[in-house]
Amino acid sequence: MSARTAIALGCSAGGLAALQRLLPALDHRLSVPIVLCCHTGSADVSLLVELLARVSSLPVVEAAERAPADPGVIHVAPSGYHLLVEPNAHFSLSVDARVTYARPSIDVLFETAADAWQDGLVAVLMTGANSDGAHGLKAVRQAGGYAIVQDPDSAESDVMPRAGLEIAGADARLPLDQIAQRLNELCIP
Amino acid sequence: MDVEDIEIELFIRAMQRRHGYDFNDYAPASLKRRVQQLVRTHDAGTISELNRRLLHEDGFVTRVIEGLSVPVSEMFRDPPVFRTLRDKVLPVLASYPEINIWQAGCAHGQEVYSLAILLEEAGLYDRARIYATDFNDAALHVAAEGIYATRDARDWSRNYIEGGGQKSFSDYYSARYDFIKLDQRLRRNVTFFNHNLVTDDVFCEAHLILCRNVLIYFNNTLQDHTLALFRKSLVRGGFLCLGTRENIDFSPAAASFADIDAGLRIYQASATNPRPLTR
Ligand SMILES: C[S@@+](CC[C@H](N)C(=O)[O-])C[C@H]1O[C@@H](n2cnc3c(N)ncnc32)[C@H](O)[C@@H]1O
Repeated sequence: MSARTAIALGCSAGGLAALQRLLPALDHRLSVPIVLCCHTGSADVSLLVELLARVSSLPVVEAAERAPADPGVIHVAPSGYHLLVEPNAHFSLSVDARVTYARPSIDVLFETAADAWQDGLVAVLMTGANSDGAHGLKAVRQAGGYAIVQDPDSAESDVMPRAGLEIAGADARLPLDQIAQRLNELCIP
Repeated sequence: MDVEDIEIELFIRAMQRRHGYDFNDYAPASLKRRVQQLVRTHDAGTISELNRRLLHEDGFVTRVIEGLSVPVSEMFRDPPVFRTLRDKVLPVLASYPEINIWQAGCAHGQEVYSLAILLEEAGLYDRARIYATDFNDAALHVAAEGIYATRDARDWSRNYIEGGGQKSFSDYYSARYDFIKLDQRLRRNVTFFNHNLVTDDVFCEAHLILCRNVLIYFNNTLQDHTLALFRKSLVRGGFLCLGTRENIDFSPAAASFADIDAGLRIYQASATNPRPLTR
């Protein structure tokens, strides 16, 4: 099978710590766009971007409206806006109502990323205390994408991965420490 | 091709051919989500059923526009923007005998009242006229009433203070049960009316244009078109204020605006001759 072409990550409560373990293990040769929606609750996502950039060998930036999803770059959803991937793999933003109490919402990111990248997409749903992302993950699988759910037992907060497994199922259920390696395998030809 | 994508194409065509609304250049992903949302709110089952009602049912288009427009807003959203308008823009506007402000995409009017308060506190309101426009009549109606949920008022009060407010936010409304009603005196120089940024033209010489969180729903072509429209409406040296996440770097029209505060997306129409901005 040919290598996957994009990665979408979603996490909530416990997400920062999980990402700080996941990102360093991503291969620096990864040359697919990576998009991330992490609920932070803060009004400004720049702190998250900075913390992640410190541990990541790949560049981490705030996703900019109208900008392309660049390969080898981790794009973080801004706070207060939904992040959408347009069919031409550029970003757009929206201030539409919250989805499952969240804006940015992982569902919105995953559903639009699934539309844009179809079976090229790998989506990862990680720790979190709500059910955001589960429907998005389902859309990813329906479009032929590959779904990874963090093993709930290894998650700081297991509600989100459990909801994901229940509603969407998964192609892989992995402990946090094995997720990066799987992404490397799937996306590096 | 995905069946739903075909249905969306037909939806766009029906809106255009039957009702004169042009959604061709909206950012497709967010438009699609809103149309799917419409299918749910109207229990239509499929987009094709929406299309059928759109073509055959009188008045249905109004409800479709309401569903597509999602007029989400808040007062003094992004307080640093209002602080900067207060500190850097209003002092310049003060030199004009009359001040025209165009608030495009005013949604439920929260920004209109925020602006009116800002002008009032700067002692400029009596010389000002605010043209508040949107393409959603229902939203304009709510905006004109100025009635909002009390639970929002606490956040707005914090925004107001962070935005440099000089009094107490509660001085500007009366509270009743679950609602607040904004002081209707704030409306004295506001004109609300329907204007579609895609199809309608310039209607005034503006000294300041606010259009926040509207361009994000448009694709590049339509963003360029709208920015060109704004440039045409602005007097030389007039100001443009966009949402903090709007990105005009990709737009040719950006060349005719200079940064006042690039981070806050506040610009000034360059005094030099702008290059002709046609679509
Ligand atoms: C998210 S609201 C923004 C409200 C406010 N400016 C803010 O930032 O809080 C977007 C508004 O843009 C309006 N809008 C969308 N397309 C439009 C168009 N073509 N012409 C005029 N208004 C439009 C919608 O009806 C909606 O009220």
